[in-house]
Parts: sequence; structure tokens; C-alpha cells
Amino acid sequence: MNEVALQVGQTAAPEALLFWILAPLTLIAALGMLLVRKAVHSAILMAFVMIALAIFYIAQDAPFLGIVQIVVYTGAVMMLFLFILMLVGVDSSDSLAETIRGLRPIAITAALGFGGLMVSLLSRATLGRSAVGLEAANSDGNVEAIARLLFSRYVWPFEVVSALLITAALGAMVLAHHHRIQERPTQRQLSIDRFRKDSLATAAGLAAPGVFARHNAVDVPALLPDGSPAPASINASLKARGDVLDSARFELGTVDTSADEEK
Amino acid sequence: MDAANYLYLSALLFSIGAIGVVLRRNAIVVFMCIELMLNAANLSFVTFSRINGDLNGQVVAFFTMVVAACEVVVGLAIIVTIYRSRRSASVDDASLLRR
Repeated sequence: MNEVALQVGQTAAPEALLFWILAPLTLIAALGMLLVRKAVHSAILMAFVMIALAIFYIAQDAPFLGIVQIVVYTGAVMMLFLFILMLVGVDSSDSLAETIRGLRPIAITAALGFGGLMVSLLSRATLGRSAVGLEAANSDGNVEAIARLLFSRYVWPFEVVSALLITAALGAMVLAHHHRIQERPTQRQLSIDRFRKDSLATAAGLAAPGVFARHNAVDVPALLPDGSPAPASINASLKARGDVLDSARFELGTVDTSADEEK
Repeated sequence: MDAANYLYLSALLFSIGAIGVVLRRNAIVVFMCIELMLNAANLSFVTFSRINGDLNGQVVAFFTMVVAACEVVVGLAIIVTIYRSRRSASVDDASLLRR
């Protein structure tokens, strides 16, 4: 079946089915990567494209590259991307507004032109030509055949690439190394600073959040002795996210105590 | 189905990645689009390897993957360094030379 299919320059029917299901999905995911606003969603769609490409590699008699694609790209590279996204801030959503006037139509026209040119050139160059297929080259197994090439003909590039990997790792360490400009303040220094401030109101530390005996979660401001909520008792990032509950909800008069009275 | 269909897919993915590099402003998304372009080129290599019945294309695709991994490591380190000094991952904010 496979030999017959290759003789007429066609791939076998199951592969065609796989391609026509997966290729549109891949294109949709790649387009979605452009259109979604949040960088995390882009990363997830990118991971989908990577896995789809790995399946294409395996379908095209390149099982070694397919596995490497999954391990290196979806495993290591996308993990690194998501890690940096979390570090830089997930909620830093991208504005899709164009900053250079007229850039968007020019870019889309140029890319469509390039894509159309490539597709038309490829169709002229390859139509009517039968694919040789990798059955002969992979007769000893794909990994063995690649290893034979890698360690004979490509052994020098292989060594150079290993040097490149080490250089990249060192470069990343140097770039990511963070020099403190000021010394980290000690607990003693922090304490002295607290007492030398203008006001002694927070010298003993800020109030803890929560309306005790009613609701002691961190998203409710503490009540001051006069009954007003203390905004300083709430973590600043909770406030920025808008996750703060109103402490007036937990005042005594508003809570239904009729069940207790029946007892 | 012709094996060249993979080449068309690869050309389209490359074009989509190129649009993304120009249009998106978040440096990390721009970087992911560059990865998409590299992957599209890899798909071409693998397909040509199959069309010609020659494993050299797969070896070149393997080297591309290694170089892309190096590029991601260094590029993301640069993005983190810029983010530390400017508190922004947008490619438009690093415009010190313009002013």
C-alpha cells in the first residue's frame, strides 16, 4: 500500500486524513496566536502548534525529530516561555493598537504576498514529481541512520553546536545575574526606620486583616476602634486585583441571628 | 495527497509568524512568533528530506532545533534584563535612542 502510494507521488490515505484534520487546526492555532490578547493564551496555542508539528514529523518518517520536537519545544522551550511570562507578569496583556502608522496593512500585505509567492513557487516546482520516501534511508532505523550521519559527516557542526549550547547557558546566567544596587536592609535597620518615621502609628506593625469573630480572611480590611475599615491592613496586590471585600458586610446588625434566638 | 502539502503548510505558518513579529508588541509574543517561523522552516526540511529520500534534511532540522533552543535561552534572558530595568516587556518601550 505504502509503496504504491509513493510510486504515484501520493501519501497513503491515513496520512492524508491526518493531514487534512490536523493542518487546518494548526493554521487556526497559529492565527489565534496572533489574535489573542493575552500572552499566556498565545503560549498555549503555540504549544498546540508544536505538538501538531511533532505529529507531522512522525507521520513523515522522522520519529526521532518528532520526539525531539516534543521534548525540546513543548517540554523545555514552552516551559521556559511560560516561566518568563509568569516572571514578567501574566496580566500584562498586549495592546493590539498599531504604534507605527500604516504598519498593519503593509505587514499583512507583505506576509500574504510572501506566502502566496511561496505557495505558487512550490506548486510549480514540485507538482508532478513523485516523492522518493525514506524507506531505504530508514531501513536500519531512523535513529541509527541519523546517528550515522551526525557522527560522521556532521561531527564538526555537532561539536560546534555543543560549544554554542554551553556559551548560551553561560550567557543566560551572566544576563540573568542580578547585582543589588543597595544593600538589603537588615531587620535592625527596618526597626530603626520604623521608629524614626514622622508618625508612630505603625511602629508596632500594620494591623492584621480580617474582622475577627465574624470573618478573618485576608481579603477583608480590619476594623479600627471607631468601626471604620483600615485600608492599610490589606495586601497591596489584593487591592490592585480588586479582590477586597467590604468589611461593612460583617457588621453585627447585618448578620441574621434569628436561628440562635430560637434555641 | 501530495507530500508538497506539507510545504504549503510550512509557507503559511512562516507567513503567519512573520505577521506576528511585525504586529505584536509584547516581546515574548514576538519571540514565540520567531519560534513559529523556525518551526515552519524545520517542517520544510523534514518534508524535503522525505521527498528526496535523504536524511541530511533531518540532521539540519535537528541542528536548527538546537540553535533555536540557544536563541530562546539568551533572548528570554535579555527580555528579563530589560524588564528589570524598565518594568515593561513591550518592544515599543525600549526606545532610548529615539529621544
